[in-house]
Amino acid sequence: MAETRRSPRTPLTYVLRIIVIAYLGLLVAWPVFLVGWNAFHVPDVGFTTQAFGEIFSDPQMMHAIQLTCIAAVVATLINLVFGVSISMLLVRTEFPGKRILSAMIDLPLSVSPIVVGLALVLVYGGREGWLGPALESVGIQVIFATPGIILATAFVSLPLVIREVIPVLEEIGTEQEQAAASLGASTWQTFWRITLPGIKWAVIYGVVLTLARSLGEFGAVKVVSGNVLGQTRTATLAVEEKYLNFDQQGAYAVAFLLASVSVICILVVFVLRARGARVR
Amino acid sequence: MSIEVSGVNKRYGDFVALEDINLTIPTGQLTALLGPSGGGKTTLLRVIAGLETPDTGTISIEGVEATALPVQKRNVGFVFQHYAAFKHLTVAKNVAFGLEIRKKPRAEIAAKVEELLELVHLSQFADRLPSQLSGGQRQRMALARALAIEPSVLLLDEPFGALDAKVRKELRDWLRRLHDEVHVTTVFVTHDQEEALEVADEIVVVNQGGIEQIGTPEQLYDEPANDFVMSFLGDVTTLGGSLIRPHDVEVTTSPLSEHSLEGTVSRVLRIGFEVRLTVLTDDGEVVTAELTRTHARALQLEEGANVFVTPSPGAYMMPAPSLAG
Repeated sequence: MAETRRSPRTPLTYVLRIIVIAYLGLLVAWPVFLVGWNAFHVPDVGFTTQAFGEIFSDPQMMHAIQLTCIAAVVATLINLVFGVSISMLLVRTEFPGKRILSAMIDLPLSVSPIVVGLALVLVYGGREGWLGPALESVGIQVIFATPGIILATAFVSLPLVIREVIPVLEEIGTEQEQAAASLGASTWQTFWRITLPGIKWAVIYGVVLTLARSLGEFGAVKVVSGNVLGQTRTATLAVEEKYLNFDQQGAYAVAFLLASVSVICILVVFVLRARGARVR
Repeated sequence: MSIEVSGVNKRYGDFVALEDINLTIPTGQLTALLGPSGGGKTTLLRVIAGLETPDTGTISIEGVEATALPVQKRNVGFVFQHYAAFKHLTVAKNVAFGLEIRKKPRAEIAAKVEELLELVHLSQFADRLPSQLSGGQRQRMALARALAIEPSVLLLDEPFGALDAKVRKELRDWLRRLHDEVHVTTVFVTHDQEEALEVADEIVVVNQGGIEQIGTPEQLYDEPANDFVMSFLGDVTTLGGSLIRPHDVEVTTSPLSEHSLEGTVSRVLRIGFEVRLTVLTDDGEVVTAELTRTHARALQLEEGANVFVTPSPGAYMMPAPSLAG
């Protein structure tokens, strides 16, 4: 790899560096660090893991964490399958309305999650929703139940896989796929053997980002879940609940758990990106 | 007859890519589709492969009606200009791809891959990834991959277009020798007349969606069907209102015959062993002539010298098209 050409260092370079570091530090690093610090440190007592012990021995808290994990994993799987399919559709085919679809994919990122929650209630609400009563008559409850939480989570994290995969699909082009076809591979064989390995890293980044985003979803889930203790309360909702009930130690501990998973996800992406860049 | 193309038309919106193409490509030969960029030669190759569907017309390969067959079923080997290497697979796996799709026994695949890598001189690179190969090596790998499925026809789309001049020349000779060994019916697209003249048994000149002429390299060079073919296959100049090749223009210091035209040397350009001369005749015609350097020196030609230009005996000439056309 060619050596990157650097512009000469001037006092301005150092000023810019300090500004950027201060900005990231004050906005991101220091507050997140304090969450971790407060999860372990109790004034007058010192360092303790007591709050974590309480969480792990509380069946309702464990249920909340479990529900968050299930919703995040299922939503990620849904977005994996749909994300890759939609990306293939958008890059490899031409159809009327393609640009509108492409623009709609960014909607979940630009709309406030609380709006997403309200919109889902309007469609799937059990009593007055557009589709909800029909689903309820066949025994499927969406709003105030796990399916609603999964839907809301999937909605807000929808674009992440697609936005990772589309540029890579465009970059690798169609020649390898045409070559595979000329060698006798069916569309399905070409997808599994040629296209998917080509977009592998993009899919993995997309999945990790989706998972991280899904674990932390709050606004949309708050509207659709009903926040029923031990049933539809997720980990993020539990953080709010504990905080409002002056159990700040507990709130910090759950928050710390959620943040740790996200940090691990980001680290995984970081390592994978470095590897992916080397492979490519 | 190996490939029969009849009545093929293909449009992209208003652009006519192919217009009423009728073509027969004989078995076992190396045929070049030669023409300028955007002339339709690549489209024609892709229509034969099944990578594009013609609007009208039929294709048959080895007597089998192929128009409705998808590319997977045509049993053609296709080589792309930019190699289309499977980047995540090793060289050996690339070559084995078509055989694995056909579910051949492992031992048979391994033997075939080894044989093909031997043929394209890549045996020692079997376990490398395409990114670790040079352009020329990648294209040889792509060729081995296409040959692995024992195709009825081998189609190459500007196979050496992305390579530098020296490698291109080497691979060209190598393709010719390979074809003499393997004898599979081969069609390759090129815009390089030298490449077509040097490698092909037969050349099809394609221009503006139609076929200008079909013939052996000698036929095309010596008896071009029209001024387009003549000027596309080599340099041309005008002499006494006719098209002629510059190397067929004789330059002398005294008139050779009553056809000689008198003029003044306006430019002398030396390119390696040859000298390219621009002569402005007294009738106001600009004539280009090519001489060897030794010949030019013997005549003591320099700018401003008075000379006579005459067509060589036996030179091919055709009436020049009017400037308006």
